[in-house]
Amino acid sequence: MNKTDRKVLKRNPKDRLAKYGVNASLVLVSLAFVTPLAWLVFASLDRNAGVSSVVPESLTLQNYEEIMRPDVALLPIWNSLLLSFGTAFLTIFISVLAAYPLSRYKMRFNQTYLYVILFSSSLPITAIMVPVYSLFVRLGQLDSMLAVILFMSASSLPFSIWLTKNFMDSVPVSLEEAAWVDGASTATTLRRIVVPLMTPGLSVVFIFVFIQAWGNFFVPFLLLFSKEKETAAVTIFRFFGQYGEIAYGELAAFSILYALPVVSLYFVMSRSLGGSFALAGAVKG
Amino acid sequence: MISTRNLKRRLPILPSFLMLALFMAGPIVWALYISLTNTSLTGTAAQDSQFIGLDNYLTMLGDPDFPNAVWLTVVFVVGSAIIGQNTLGLFLAIGFRSASKAIKKTTSALVMAAWMLPEIVVAFAAYVFFNTDGTLNQILLSLGVDPIAWLFEAPMLAIVLANIWRGTAFSLLVYMAALDDVPEEITEAARIDGASSSQHLFLVTLPIIKNSINTNLMLITLQTLSVFTLVYTMTRGGPSGKSTTLPVFAYDQAFRVADIGYGAAISVVMILIGVIFSVIYLRLLRSEGDKNE
Repeated sequence: MNKTDRKVLKRNPKDRLAKYGVNASLVLVSLAFVTPLAWLVFASLDRNAGVSSVVPESLTLQNYEEIMRPDVALLPIWNSLLLSFGTAFLTIFISVLAAYPLSRYKMRFNQTYLYVILFSSSLPITAIMVPVYSLFVRLGQLDSMLAVILFMSASSLPFSIWLTKNFMDSVPVSLEEAAWVDGASTATTLRRIVVPLMTPGLSVVFIFVFIQAWGNFFVPFLLLFSKEKETAAVTIFRFFGQYGEIAYGELAAFSILYALPVVSLYFVMSRSLGGSFALAGAVKG
Repeated sequence: MISTRNLKRRLPILPSFLMLALFMAGPIVWALYISLTNTSLTGTAAQDSQFIGLDNYLTMLGDPDFPNAVWLTVVFVVGSAIIGQNTLGLFLAIGFRSASKAIKKTTSALVMAAWMLPEIVVAFAAYVFFNTDGTLNQILLSLGVDPIAWLFEAPMLAIVLANIWRGTAFSLLVYMAALDDVPEEITEAARIDGASSSQHLFLVTLPIIKNSINTNLMLITLQTLSVFTLVYTMTRGGPSGKSTTLPVFAYDQAFRVADIGYGAAISVVMILIGVIFSVIYLRLLRSEGDKNE
């Protein structure tokens, strides 16, 4: 379509009307989507926030100051960091190891293994939480941060191996061959050549696993119970799940503080992937 | 015969294999086993459980709460994912093509924002939004409509709407990418032939992006089937079971009623449903791959 055609189309009054209609409905959808968010932001800045949406009389950061104490927000956020970094690092490490043979050698076993992996990446994790709990009881691993990290890594592995293998496929073998001629071992080329070349891809996988672990409520809620190991999602739930006086303003501030890292990571990722479209591709797996 | 060289080459796969065997396959096998026992959360049957055969499954068939949970899960998946997220995502993606740039940017940013937030934050914001004194009732009141206690009188509707708010971005991204692949010439040709916009949608656009629609429907169904946090934290499945979907039902039976064996039997049913949908999804992916080759 060239420019004059476009102008002709734009002048058509029916098209114009349709365009107004589209814009108006999009504005309505935006309003519907922003309303609950707006409450969250306003309440976090309002010392007397309740459940109703009101423009606060005075904006204050006092809610944020109140929750910045070790026993309120800081320890749970530290625990969430520990859990998410632990899970992401372990997942990446195991994925890179597994992806190498899957990407480099032609073996019949690979096809089967990749198929199993793709299959388990679409299985709902919630469905296995009851048996996982019972298994953790039998193995004496309840309330163990390490065991939770192992479980969360295992549940992120299918998706992560799949992505890592695809990223590794795009690193040319010829680069490794040159190093092998010079006497480097496979382990060396993997560490010195392949991994550095796929750092952008690996950081995407890392961020994905991190975001999932960070946002997970069910797993730590079920498998960790001592107060000093509580993660931020569970603390937020405990605050608004309890009956009686809820400090809505502080809880809203806590929620925003807790959401901030993942929202910023999404922006980092969409930049490094070149726009939000690539995000959908990555999510599709 | 596997040669030593091949064995050595496969070695790096081993850690991932062990992790998946222990933490993914393990619980599935374990679920099958304890669903045949009377394992409980506390008391003697927690340590010393007995084999009771298919009793848990027979209990399930006679338990009126089970069909209730299945029905509510269907309502949740169909209402929030298949009708809500899917249709809204598709219409937004189509609307974006003729909308003004600023409005498109704002709308997509807001829809994405709800998707990026951690589930518990979405649940908290939705819990407040649907509260008796919450924002929704404030809006209704200003329009002259009597407010209702959403979380008590219409808990499923509140949860469905909350999940549409949270999940539409995924379908939107899928459809934005899919519509980008629709050739401009076809759109133009249809326009010149005088197709109305509904003809254009149903006879041109939808058939072209059929594969994306199928993939999206499968993926959001799988995601929505396993939603626990949103439902549990907004209503705890209540009042009196009116929003108890299958994941919440399994949790309640295992940890509130303290009957792990029965909870595991419900888990087995959920795993089976998941397996069926995953197989369909993989078939879809495969047939798509064949077409591309």
